[in-house]
Amino acid sequence: MFSGFMVNAWIVASIVAVVAGVVGFFVVLRGSAFVAHAIPNGAFAGAAGAVLVGVDTIVGLGVFSLLGALAIGLLGRRGRHDAVTALALVTMLGLGALFLSLSSEYEPAVYSLLFGEVLGISPTELAPTAALAVVCVLVVAVIYRPLMLSSVLGEVGEARGIDRWRMELAFLAVVALATTMTVPVVGTLLIFSLMIGSPAAARSFTDRPERALLLSVALALATVWSAIALSYTTNYPIGFFVGSASAVLYAIGRLWAAVMRRRSPQSRSTEASHPTHPPERHTILT
Amino acid sequence: MSHFLSPLFETGFFQSEAVRTALIIGTVVAIVAGALGVFTVMRGQSFAAEAFGDIGTTGGSGAFLVGAGPLPGFLVFGVLAAGAMELVGIQRARGRDLATGIVLGAALGLAALFLYLGSTIHNTTGAVVTILFGSIFTISNSMIPLVAVLAAVVALILLVIHRPLLLSTVSPEIATARGVPVRLLGATYLLALAAAVALCALTIGSILSTALLVGPAAAALRATRRAGRAVLLAGLLGVAAMWLGIVLAYDSYYWPPKGNGWPVSFFVVTIVFVIYLLSGVPAWRERRRAGRTIG
Repeated sequence: MFSGFMVNAWIVASIVAVVAGVVGFFVVLRGSAFVAHAIPNGAFAGAAGAVLVGVDTIVGLGVFSLLGALAIGLLGRRGRHDAVTALALVTMLGLGALFLSLSSEYEPAVYSLLFGEVLGISPTELAPTAALAVVCVLVVAVIYRPLMLSSVLGEVGEARGIDRWRMELAFLAVVALATTMTVPVVGTLLIFSLMIGSPAAARSFTDRPERALLLSVALALATVWSAIALSYTTNYPIGFFVGSASAVLYAIGRLWAAVMRRRSPQSRSTEASHPTHPPERHTILT
Repeated sequence: MSHFLSPLFETGFFQSEAVRTALIIGTVVAIVAGALGVFTVMRGQSFAAEAFGDIGTTGGSGAFLVGAGPLPGFLVFGVLAAGAMELVGIQRARGRDLATGIVLGAALGLAALFLYLGSTIHNTTGAVVTILFGSIFTISNSMIPLVAVLAAVVALILLVIHRPLLLSTVSPEIATARGVPVRLLGATYLLALAAAVALCALTIGSILSTALLVGPAAAALRATRRAGRAVLLAGLLGVAAMWLGIVLAYDSYYWPPKGNGWPVSFFVVTIVFVIYLLSGVPAWRERRRAGRTIG
């Protein structure tokens, strides 16, 4: 399980898990699950386009995920954020459909982009993935404090001179970056469950942001490692294990939070258990 | 008449059986999607609308595995997913996207498993591609009655619940105070959405189903604040985008590279996107004018 090509799989998967844990923490904090789904999924069109014009897949993924992030950021400033995200996604997928129909590339390639091929990673793919991962984590480290403040308390952040929209754009760019490096490895559909499941579960276990961030990375690593091991022994696709492990982790987190609330109803009111959540903009809809 | 239109309609457009089926199904779907979409956009559940399309992959591949037809698979998984989302907490605005995301992630994991199991038995991964990019030109016309019936059921549900649903969408507090069962309505709406998207994704692909649900409705809601008018406008815009897309896709068989048409979904989605951009123009000019008079 730890020999030959499997070593690459372990290394790459661990890198991906760290990035997904870090970026996903902010995805969940900001309630941007849809963006985390739309950018990787839409970037898939970029891969199809890259095949068509004959450049490296990662270039196509990078260009399209950045374009998608930019479109969501620009249009979402005035419009309804989720509707704009959906539109950006389908527009990119429409282009993807066009690229696929124009090129002679056929279905297995699509399948591996959607569901990933972590067990088939070549050593040459290791370096770019690692480099992008470092950049991604560095960017998050640099904007960590303003991003955290703007995600949790948007108004307070604005009062301190943090432009909420600029932070949104920066955050979208980080998601785009994470997409570019992770999609060739784990596939568009499953980077998403990695970015949602572990951070959401982590937030149920602790209220402190730094702890939740670390826990989120730890849970993502645990998810990926167990998924690889299970996938290796059972031969079932790794995506299945990542997806179900994420859902199970989230369910355990919710149970844990419910049990803790019941134990000390006074000290932990429903409000106190979500102190890190951004204030509701549409209070009317809660 | 046909002579003048010949630059637009390539020969054989109106004689083609596939085109006729596509036009009928496209129209029905666009109208229902427009009506349902207005509520989807107002409730901020575009992600759920998108997710049900993807979850269709799970249903389709699962049904394929047990040898059932795709539609029951789509419907069963759509309904299950709607129930799971409701359970995780899609009814609260703050947990909305997260609930959708958790369910979607789990469903996609299952899809990966089903496709894997299916491909070891039958050696095909075609289901993913068909569902994602399914083409409206390949539907057999025997689907028309089925689509019409399901569309009618969804429309009927919407007609029955539209007034309390609207109230509970705009102001859940007032709705609760008046004794409207807000949560039940939300769940009913979610089920209708799941069924409608299952149908759309199966016939025209999940890209188009999301585009038709969200795009025309979002554009219509920028043009008018009245829900009734928005429903009408969204239906009209959706049908227009659909028809134009079908015409262009048909014509594209004569475009380079020859003998290989461009996909309908590309045209319809692009038209819908342009419509949405145009719908923002009045507000944009308003802002510029306001900016000029102040500055």
